[in-house]
Amino acid sequence: MSKVYIIGAGIHPFGRTEERSGRDQGVFAVREALNDANLEWDDIQFASGGSIAAGNADVMINDLGLTSLPFINVFNGCATGGSALSTAQNAIASGQCDIAMAVGFDKHPRGAFNANPKAFGLPDWYGQTGMMLTTQFFALKLQRYMQLHGISRETLGRVAEKSFRNGERANHAWRRTPMDLDTILNSTMINHPLSKFMFCAPAEGGVALVLASEKKVRELGANAVGIASVAIRSRPPGSFEVFAPSMEVEDGGKPTILASKAAFEMAGIGPEDIDVAQLQDTESGAEIMHMAENGFCEDGDQEQWLAEGRTEINGALPINTDGGCIACGEPIGASGLRQVYENVTQLRGRGEARQVSGKVKTAYSHVYGAPGLSGVAILEV
Amino acid sequence: MTKNLQPIASGLWSDEAQPHLLAGQSTDGRIFFPIPEGDSGKNLEVIKLSRTGTLWSFTRQDFKPKPPYDGPEEFSPFLLGYVELPGEIIVESYIIGTTLEELKIGMALEFVITPFDEKRSTYAFRPEQTL
Repeated sequence: MSKVYIIGAGIHPFGRTEERSGRDQGVFAVREALNDANLEWDDIQFASGGSIAAGNADVMINDLGLTSLPFINVFNGCATGGSALSTAQNAIASGQCDIAMAVGFDKHPRGAFNANPKAFGLPDWYGQTGMMLTTQFFALKLQRYMQLHGISRETLGRVAEKSFRNGERANHAWRRTPMDLDTILNSTMINHPLSKFMFCAPAEGGVALVLASEKKVRELGANAVGIASVAIRSRPPGSFEVFAPSMEVEDGGKPTILASKAAFEMAGIGPEDIDVAQLQDTESGAEIMHMAENGFCEDGDQEQWLAEGRTEINGALPINTDGGCIACGEPIGASGLRQVYENVTQLRGRGEARQVSGKVKTAYSHVYGAPGLSGVAILEV
Repeated sequence: MTKNLQPIASGLWSDEAQPHLLAGQSTDGRIFFPIPEGDSGKNLEVIKLSRTGTLWSFTRQDFKPKPPYDGPEEFSPFLLGYVELPGEIIVESYIIGTTLEELKIGMALEFVITPFDEKRSTYAFRPEQTL
């Protein structure tokens, strides 16, 4: 497969933008990405994108221009952005085109997500009894993990503390005020052991990326970041996933572990080679567990890693340098591409106050969502 | 106590003095709970799950969920968790008759039917009662 590059990245600030629809935030991001790549919409030969709650992406052509390009709508839960990226990458790698766009956006109402059981192939009673909540899943997975691997609540607090601290330095973040550990630990309990400020909140935002073939990169003399690998995996048997009334007794693995292994294998590198990582942090425990699932540390090592600040911007492996979902909020269709946007920013050395020091050569991103799927993308320069 | 209440869904547990959760089992031995609706449930043998198990994980629901949650108008936090039914399957369930502080992973639990609201009953597990 021929190598594909990202030559433009655009973002609409995350958070709440009352006056703009989710799709308009996507269009905004597309224009930013085009500006960044020094291209016009007419130059885009293929597009893929989507949202979960803000409508079809292809309607954007009404605003961007009726150029007759093929535009694939993606509706793939938390992996919507990753799937859009993978689709655009494949369009170029297969030789179908030389320049493609991947876009993700969303706009959710306030408060916890309320999923429709039928859409997930589940019976009505599961929703009626109040057991079909994403927040519960993360608390249930985490409660067990903390007991088995000796993770303290204080460590959960430290993750959120870092998120808000990093968010303060990122222009596109939503929560940009640092918060002290005690405030986080003592905030309203949502699902024990997780309190309010350890969770991300449903939000709004849009992200777009311009992808190009090697030939085009040379032709344009573009400021390009290489895509080393993109891997998306759905759940294996025996895994514990969100929206599961039951699971098998025998532990069978996890989609994140599978996606991570596949992505590292394709890229021909390992976790020890990664300079910066963006990991799904629906809540602070998710970041903790995903550090191990993605191969960056052993189960239980996180306690020490956080105490030593190893995941801080100036640490050995900076994680969620823009504050992640906790500081940026969660517009489901946009979050996966926000991580890639942040990695492009870090690899180009444009992170300003949040720039990881030294030469950033490799960057890793990971999303996870219902009903048990993960997407990993590794970028390099 | 739950006699005059309507089960929240039919076919979820067996109608007998000592009820069991009902699951579907395929010919290769895999167990599915709840029994899938539609075609995927058709070729499964209906089996009764164990009335006792151990706590796999737990949490407390501290805020009133949005619809489709259909519980009592006046919300009070409830405990829920996953219960491992040895050699069978791990099921998600309400946990009753205890407090968050008392819950320990691995503790013994038993199956029970409990009121959901004024008209309906649902299933739960509670700490095993010593007789």
